Amino acid sequence: MAEQKQFEPLIIGFTCNWCSYRAADLAGMSRKKYPPNVRLIRLMCSGRLDPAFVLKALQGGADGVLITGCHPGECHYLEQNYKAYRRYVLLKRMLKQFGVEPERVKLIWASAAEGVRLAEEITKMVEEVRALGPLNWPGVAAANGDRLIHLTEKEEVAA
Amino acid sequence: MSKERIGVYICHCGTNIASMVDVENVAVWAKENLADDGVVVARDYKFMCSSLGQELIQDDIKEKGLTRVVVAACSPHLHEQTFRAACAKAGLNPFLCEMVSVREQVSWVHTDKAMATQKAKAMITGGVERVALHEPLEPLHVPINEATLVVGAGIAGIQAAIEIADSGFPVYLVEREPSIGGHMAQFDKTFPTLDCSACILTPKMVTAGSHPNIHLLSYSEVERVDGYVGNFTVTIRKKARYVNEDVCTGCGICIEKCPMKVIDDVFEAGLGYRKAVYRPFPQAVPKYPVIDTENCIYFQRGKCQACQIFCPTQPNSIDFEQEDELLQVDVGNIILATGYDLFDARRIPQYGYGRLANVFTSLEFERMCNASGPTNGAVRLRDGVTEPEAVAVIHCVGSRDKNYNNYCSVICCMQSLKFAHLVKERAGPNTEVYNFYIDMRTAFKDYDEFYQKVLAEGVHFVRGRVAEVTDAARLPGEEGKLIIQAEDTLIGKQRRVPVDMVILSAGLEPRHDSVEVGHQFGISCSVNGFFTEKHPKLDPVATMTEGIFIAGCAQGPKDIPASVVQGAAASARVLGRIQQKELALEPVRASVIEEKCSGCRICNTMCPFNAILFHEDQMVTEINPALCQGCGSCVAACPSGAITGTQFSDQQVLAQLEGLLMLSVNGGRVLEPEMA
Repeated sequence: MAEQKQFEPLIIGFTCNWCSYRAADLAGMSRKKYPPNVRLIRLMCSGRLDPAFVLKALQGGADGVLITGCHPGECHYLEQNYKAYRRYVLLKRMLKQFGVEPERVKLIWASAAEGVRLAEEITKMVEEVRALGPLNWPGVAAANGDRLIHLTEKEEVAA
Repeated sequence: MSKERIGVYICHCGTNIASMVDVENVAVWAKENLADDGVVVARDYKFMCSSLGQELIQDDIKEKGLTRVVVAACSPHLHEQTFRAACAKAGLNPFLCEMVSVREQVSWVHTDKAMATQKAKAMITGGVERVALHEPLEPLHVPINEATLVVGAGIAGIQAAIEIADSGFPVYLVEREPSIGGHMAQFDKTFPTLDCSACILTPKMVTAGSHPNIHLLSYSEVERVDGYVGNFTVTIRKKARYVNEDVCTGCGICIEKCPMKVIDDVFEAGLGYRKAVYRPFPQAVPKYPVIDTENCIYFQRGKCQACQIFCPTQPNSIDFEQEDELLQVDVGNIILATGYDLFDARRIPQYGYGRLANVFTSLEFERMCNASGPTNGAVRLRDGVTEPEAVAVIHCVGSRDKNYNNYCSVICCMQSLKFAHLVKERAGPNTEVYNFYIDMRTAFKDYDEFYQKVLAEGVHFVRGRVAEVTDAARLPGEEGKLIIQAEDTLIGKQRRVPVDMVILSAGLEPRHDSVEVGHQFGISCSVNGFFTEKHPKLDPVATMTEGIFIAGCAQGPKDIPASVVQGAAASARVLGRIQQKELALEPVRASVIEEKCSGCRICNTMCPFNAILFHEDQMVTEINPALCQGCGSCVAACPSGAITGTQFSDQQVLAQLEGLLMLSVNGGRVLEPEMA
């Protein structure tokens, strides 16, 4: 198990309960295969995504973060995916300033019917992040071998 | 050490999960490695959702004093309610149970067992970390509006509406066309009993049109859907008929007097004519005519007004000034029975439809056979006088064909057999009829008997897909005929069959706008474009969106009996809900911790539901739980961390994140366990 032939990136995916989580269900029901490098977290809406979640994920050992939500105009909560999009754009800018490749964080829209598309996007992203290599962010716990973070205690992060 | 006592349950799902995830290993691993996180028991079981599986959890809750439960099985959208109910029965608050989707997200989508098992372990760790921070919650109860919206008044929609209305609850029945009835109203005979379509449908149409509990909105379309299960607000556009329904008696004099004749592409399938002021067919419900402004001489050139001049009612029923009306109705549940579109046979050019005059579509032939249709029921060639001596019926046009639609349209075999019978009946028993089929599919009650009957009538059956329909004669006896070129796969030879008339049994397709309609109601379409049901076998009329049901061909191709069954089934599901009177909603709501709120008002603009109030006097924000829908956008926006969302608090999400990050993709730990 320990033998590593190629770098296996770890990607955290944030999904919306109404569209992309159901797309993941549909991908499963359609037996559409994708690499096991992505682990999903269910939120009620992409608008719930606090940009701090993304930073915490990268800080905690994830090599990439996938954010998914309903297509523009199709938000279950009317317009909250637009808010997610605005935060995403700012976050990407901020990541660059932090010295993290902005490509490590990606936002895609996936409706509940787009299981196959979601699986394809995941496959694509895993390859992209694999090409980028491990995230060498000074804050990453794994890189130092120490446990640096206590994610559960919400620090006063100005996000 | 966690203060909680957590039980972890891993389901094999038969072999669905166990074949790709080493479930026994996961259970042993969880018990050993997650003990510090509070796991006191971890078990695997063949079918966790079975009553024995549920009892396993319940016994542990009682005997081992579990305070939290994690079930690693299928998607929470399938069985979250099952396991929550099981916990509640054993005295544990249902919201202290968390599901981890190791079937949809692991075993069904991955191919490497070691990595899949590793991912399952990580996801369970995430679930364990998260559930420890769950709080006991009570579901929110909201009243269910008794009224139901039925969209589409074909046979499925009519059946659903009548069933609900008969039970004493109000129904809004919305139909896009000027009359209800749908495709069934266009048919002549229905297979396999050959009873007249109009004779069995029109009484139902009349009932739907006159039922005290049914509010019929014909010539109307849904514009917008707001709200959620139990409390939808639907905006409906009632298109201008230019006829005042309050005074019109439906006498039909305006139709008689209208000088403008146009080809009826919709109801008569292009074979017949109608006037510019028209009702689709004599038995139309409602009886009021509609003015087609594109063809009306008055609307186009400002002159004529014959309909208004001859209208006998006082005041005059014709109202050229009428405008579209927007109505708002409140309903608790919605049934979508929007039907199908016929496959456009022009898309297969080698069959010659639209190019060769005597190639007809199935719908055209239906109209031709109909006693009130353009030929009064006689089978005639396109010239309207010649009776055909030989007729070919081509099955599977646009169905079971990878160039067009892969699926089987279900009805075509029986429909084609019916056509063969009708040709023999109307054009005489000496008329030769050739049916070209791929496979003969006559399942269901009395269908195969009908096939035997048509065989006995002397109809010829050729097994093979037709390559071409042509008018280019090559052999003697082919002049002036249409020649069917097909391989007869049973004798392994090419055949050329000269006929006078060809009927294309075109397949059923989803409505051209089914994707947009799906979006409007928040439901999805399958790859083929039909609406997706909640479960293909066990929940065929519900959808993933609570309160939205589907029936009839909108869900997939089906015949009349199956459409009626689905209409009735959807209405039974709706009635079951209405009878409950209230609905338990997920208590996912945001709330403000007043002491932390700085009064910055950043969240105030976030809410599209106007659930956020700002108290100027105290400079704090408050969230109205009745209006809050629980999206959590304000929680993410609050710079002071003063807003928290139940079931999705920052702490819960971050705990799950931490758990997910605990293990690397192919082995080993990324994070060390928390030192407590």
